[in-house]
Amino acid sequence: MRGLQWFNALSTGATAVEGLPASLKVADGVLGGQPVRFIAVVTDPDNRFPRARNGEVGLLEGWGLAKAVDDAIVRGDQRPIIAIVDVPSQAYGRREEALGIHQALAAAADSYARARLAGYPVIGLLVGKAMSGAFLAHGYQANRLIALRDPGVMVHAMGKASAARVTLRSVEELEALAASVPPMAYDIDSFASLGLLWETLSVSQIEQPTADDVARVGDCLLKAIRDVDGRDLNGRLGASNRAASSHVRQLLREQW
Amino acid sequence: MTDLLNKHSFVELGARQRARALLDSGTFRELIDPFQRVMSPWLSRQGVVPQADDGVVIAKGSIAGLPVVIAAIEGNFQGGSLGEVGGAKIAGALELAAEDNRKGIETRAVLLLETGGVRLQEANLGLAAIADIHAAIVDLRQYQPVIGVVAGSVGCFGGMSIAAGLCSYLVVTREARLGLNGPQVIEQEAGLEEYDSRDRPFIWSLTGGEQRFNSGLADRYVADDVAQIQQTVTALLQQGVPAQPRSRQAEYYLARLNALDATPQIEPATVRALYQGERS
Amino acid sequence: METLSFEFPAGQPPKGRALVGCVGSGDLEVLLEPGTPGTLNIQVQTSVNGAQLRWQHLFERIFQEHTPPALNIDIHDFGATPGVVRLRLEQGFEEIGHD
Repeated sequence: MRGLQWFNALSTGATAVEGLPASLKVADGVLGGQPVRFIAVVTDPDNRFPRARNGEVGLLEGWGLAKAVDDAIVRGDQRPIIAIVDVPSQAYGRREEALGIHQALAAAADSYARARLAGYPVIGLLVGKAMSGAFLAHGYQANRLIALRDPGVMVHAMGKASAARVTLRSVEELEALAASVPPMAYDIDSFASLGLLWETLSVSQIEQPTADDVARVGDCLLKAIRDVDGRDLNGRLGASNRAASSHVRQLLREQW
Repeated sequence: MTDLLNKHSFVELGARQRARALLDSGTFRELIDPFQRVMSPWLSRQGVVPQADDGVVIAKGSIAGLPVVIAAIEGNFQGGSLGEVGGAKIAGALELAAEDNRKGIETRAVLLLETGGVRLQEANLGLAAIADIHAAIVDLRQYQPVIGVVAGSVGCFGGMSIAAGLCSYLVVTREARLGLNGPQVIEQEAGLEEYDSRDRPFIWSLTGGEQRFNSGLADRYVADDVAQIQQTVTALLQQGVPAQPRSRQAEYYLARLNALDATPQIEPATVRALYQGERS
Repeated sequence: METLSFEFPAGQPPKGRALVGCVGSGDLEVLLEPGTPGTLNIQVQTSVNGAQLRWQHLFERIFQEHTPPALNIDIHDFGATPGVVRLRLEQGFEEIGHD
C-alpha cells in the first residue's frame, strides 16, 4: 500500500486523470509551484485479471501506463512525470502470457522513454519493491531515480525463491553470495553502489508518511527535476561497481 | 566442417555465424571480438566459467548495401542470459547507431534474440543493462528500423521479450517462443493449474512463433532457413520505419482487452480472434 | 571452477588465430593465438574440479601424435568429455592452418 500512500500524500489537491484502469492512480498536480503528473500502480482486488490484483504490473497496467504517459506527451507542455514505484512483480499467469504481457510492458517502457526523449523530465521514486519486468515498465526509463532508504525498498530481477531455483542454489547460498556480489544483493545500499540511483533519502514513516516526510521527498523530487540535463540515461554510468558498462561503451566507440 | 556450412538451418548456427549469414558477404566486422577478452567481471568470482565474448556478438557491416549493426545473443552460453558486459555491448551499439543517425549516417540495427533475460548471477546489472537497451531501441527507432529476430531454440524471455516488443518489426520462426515469464517461473509463482511448465504443446500453443504471428504480436513468420530469414530482414530494412510500432497502440489493445471476457481461462484461439478478428 | 595451466614443447607459431566452440553444456570454447616459438601454453578454466591429471594426460596423448604449433590456448570448459575436447582442439588447429 506504500505506493498508494505516497501517491495520495504527494498529490494532495491534484486533479485525478480518469479513463484508466482502476489499478493505476494518475493525477496532475503541483510540486512547489512546478506542475507535474504523478503515476502509481496500486492494488485492485477487483481487477478483471486475477493475477494482477496485488499491485503487479499486468496487461491493463502496462497498456494503461502507456496511455497515461502518451496522454502527457500529446499535451506538449514538458510537464515532469513522477513515477511512484511500489511494484512487487509483473503479473505471472496464463492469460498474461497468452495475451502478450511482454507487449504491454513494452508499451509502458516505450512511452516513458519517449517522454524522456521529448524533454519531459521523468523521475522514478522508489518507495517499495521495484521488481524485474514491473520496474522496467514503470520507473526504469526515468532520467533520475530516487530511493527511500528502508529495508522494504528493493530492486531485483527475480524474487529470492525463484532465483534460487533457477540458479540451482539454496536460498541460504543465494543470500551468502548476495552479501559479496553487489548486483545480486536485495538491499538498497548495494543497489546504490551500482550508480543507478541519483539519490537515497530516509524518512521517518515510510508506510504512513508524515507532513515532514512528504515535504522532504517533494523537495528532493524538485531538485531531481532541476538536475535533469539531458535526455539519455548516461547519468547512471560511472560507479566502480558498474565499471564494465562504461569500459564496453568506450571500446565500442573506439572500434565503431 | 563443410557439412555444417551447407545446411540452411538458421537455428543451428551460433551467434557469430548468424550475424555473418545476414550481412553482405565480406562486410562482417566484429567489435570487441572474443580475443579482446572483455568478459564478465562477475561470473568467475561465483565459480561460473565465463565466455570470451560474454555471449554477445556485435558486428557491423551492410545488408543489401545498407549500413547495419547486428547484435546477436549466443543462446548456448548461460541460456543467452544478459549480464553487465553482454548487455552493455548491445545497449552501447544501439546508442552509437542512434548517434550515427544524428550525424547523418543511417545505421540500422538487427537484434538476434535467443535469451532467457537477465543473468541472475549479475541480477541488477543485467536488469539495468536491459533498461538501457530499451531506451536505446526507442531512440534509434525514431530514425531507422530496429528489427528483432527470434529464431529459436532458446526463445526470447524476461526483460528482452520487452525489447522484442519495442522493435520496429519482429520476425519469428516456428521454433521461436516469445513471452515475458519463463514457464517454470510462472508455475512456481502461480501454480500448476495456471501453467504446467512440463506441458510443452500447451506452452507452444500460447507462446510459439506461429501463435504470436497469428495474434498480430509478430510481423513476419518465416521458415528456419538462412536464405528466407536473410530476405525477410532485408525487405524489412528496405521498408523503413513503420507508421505506428506495436508498442504505441495502447488505445487499440486496451479496447481489445476490454472486449474480452476474462473470467474463463484463456485459449489460444481466443487470443487470435481478439487481436486479429477486427483487423483487415 | 578451477583454473589450470599447462606447457608443452612446440614448433613454430602460426600466422592466424582461431576460436572454436562455445561455453555451453558439455562443450568448451577454445581460443588459439600465436605463441612464443618452441612453446605451447594452455590455460584451462573448467567447471569440473579435480581434473588436472585428466587434462594433462589428454593433452599428452594429443600432442604426442604431432608436435603442435607454438600457441597460447585459452580454454573455457563447461564439462566437455575428452572426445569433445579433442574434436575442438583439432578443429582449432585446422582453422589456424596447421594440422
